[in-house]
Amino acid sequence: MEYKLTHKAYTSALRENRLLGLKCNACGGYTVPPKKVCIECASEDLDVVELSGRGEIRTFTVIRVAAEGFQAPYIVGIVELDEGPWLMGNVIDVDCDEATMDMIGRRVRLGHAVIPGDKFSAGERVTATFSLEN
Amino acid sequence: MREVAVIGVGMTRFGVSQNTSIEMFSEAAMEAINESNLKPKDIEALFFGNVLGTHEEGQMGMAAYAAADIGIPNIPTTRFEGVCATASVAIRDAFMWVASGYCDVVLVGGTERASVMDTPYATRTFAMGSDSYYEGPAGITFPGVFAMLAHLYAHKYAIPLPKLKEQMAMVAIKNHQNGKLNPKAQFQATIRDLMEARIARASQRGQPVPTWADEMEFLRDIKVNPVIADPLQLYDCCPFSDGAAALVLASRDKARRLTDKPVLIAGVGQCSAGPLHNQKDFTRMKARILSAKQAYTQAGIEPQDVDLCELHDCFTIAEIVATECLGFFEFGQGSQAVEQGETRIGAKIAINPSGGLKAKGHPIGATGAAQACEVVNQLRGECGKRQVEGAKIGMTDTLGGDACTICNVILKRGW
Ligand SMILES: [Zn+2]
Repeated sequence: MEYKLTHKAYTSALRENRLLGLKCNACGGYTVPPKKVCIECASEDLDVVELSGRGEIRTFTVIRVAAEGFQAPYIVGIVELDEGPWLMGNVIDVDCDEATMDMIGRRVRLGHAVIPGDKFSAGERVTATFSLEN
Repeated sequence: MREVAVIGVGMTRFGVSQNTSIEMFSEAAMEAINESNLKPKDIEALFFGNVLGTHEEGQMGMAAYAAADIGIPNIPTTRFEGVCATASVAIRDAFMWVASGYCDVVLVGGTERASVMDTPYATRTFAMGSDSYYEGPAGITFPGVFAMLAHLYAHKYAIPLPKLKEQMAMVAIKNHQNGKLNPKAQFQATIRDLMEARIARASQRGQPVPTWADEMEFLRDIKVNPVIADPLQLYDCCPFSDGAAALVLASRDKARRLTDKPVLIAGVGQCSAGPLHNQKDFTRMKARILSAKQAYTQAGIEPQDVDLCELHDCFTIAEIVATECLGFFEFGQGSQAVEQGETRIGAKIAINPSGGLKAKGHPIGATGAAQACEVVNQLRGECGKRQVEGAKIGMTDTLGGDACTICNVILKRGW
């Protein structure tokens, strides 16, 4: 069976701030970012769906020493989406020096950022971003 | 399956080396072969660990060149790569080839020359261990992953962050104390030694003399211990290192004829996990819990039977979480265990008597083999001032990437 939600299709949607994922017809679970099969039960019976793009911050860090190609400081966080999966991205619109433990549990809304490719990446990259709600 | 023994070990000093990856490996390999009372021609296969040779030295196919360097160019050689767990994965495979009866004597180990990369380049290449399509674009780094682990841990167990940071600092202090006693370690100095050296240097140069009351105050000072990824500071992180380590494995029958002190591989485990986002709450690393269980079951032991463990303290919080996942302490209790000194040499369980990745160093392709070398030397009673008295069972634990690969080896005295 063809790869249902490719990286290309996923990032094309993400570039429009739309978060695509896979809903499993066998167990009801969600898989995002995409995989060939459901991360919960390994079923191939999946439908591509648009997720809410909302969730809560589970953890984060402020990167002070960046990898080549990135400008520190910036915040990386992992968000638990309302549909269940966890997703990594950049928390934006927060002052790096005001990023404290209080951020954990905060509601966020998804966006995206385009990161230029480097000599090791397969072209231009797209990352999820998260903005705090209210 | 046959019983398999380690009959010889060797390693270079870890740190910054002028030698090539192959030169370092050959030094460790010949030490292990000579200690086994064997010649290179007795080696039937090479299981070779190296992670970033293509980036460090522009070299692929290094396993074959390494065998040629020690005069056995025609044996089968295989390169293993499991990010930082590389050499442990190689050991587990080497064990299986001997256990199966296919080989009698094999050489296994790893080498890495990370210091030739500058920090931004090394940070970039190490980050290749993260999911390059779905996590790499966020600019995640290895320290960043474990920094997020520290925040997750503090939140989950409701430990105030300053308290957890103090407990993490105690991991660094302990591992540097152990590293000071290890002539192969990259940092053979305690944190207090480093602090006092700074004070002495300032006063020699006529600069304002810092007034840190103790190591904790020194470590809290972000001028000397800068933040790398909140809440991790420099001394929470292991260094980039060069080095190599190697072991000779043999069937027990063969081992009996070659050494009085064969160290048996009693159990092995290896498990994988998907990218970090799929692991969800990574304070409980499923791959590690399952891998350790495989190794304990095969060895027929429980965590409390282990006298010492060389585990993957790439960051201070990583040691705390590992001691929980391996079953030495309850979940959420690992940080308190460090504070109470339960992981020191001579206490409940000696964790990282070699100094660990933190002080001994972390040449990523060699680390698992170096951990095994330390356990073997401890079981033989050959570790001098850092000897864990009467150690009979030791274990290694190596983590690759964002815990995407975990490998464990349990070793015991075979005499
Ligand atoms: Zn499913």
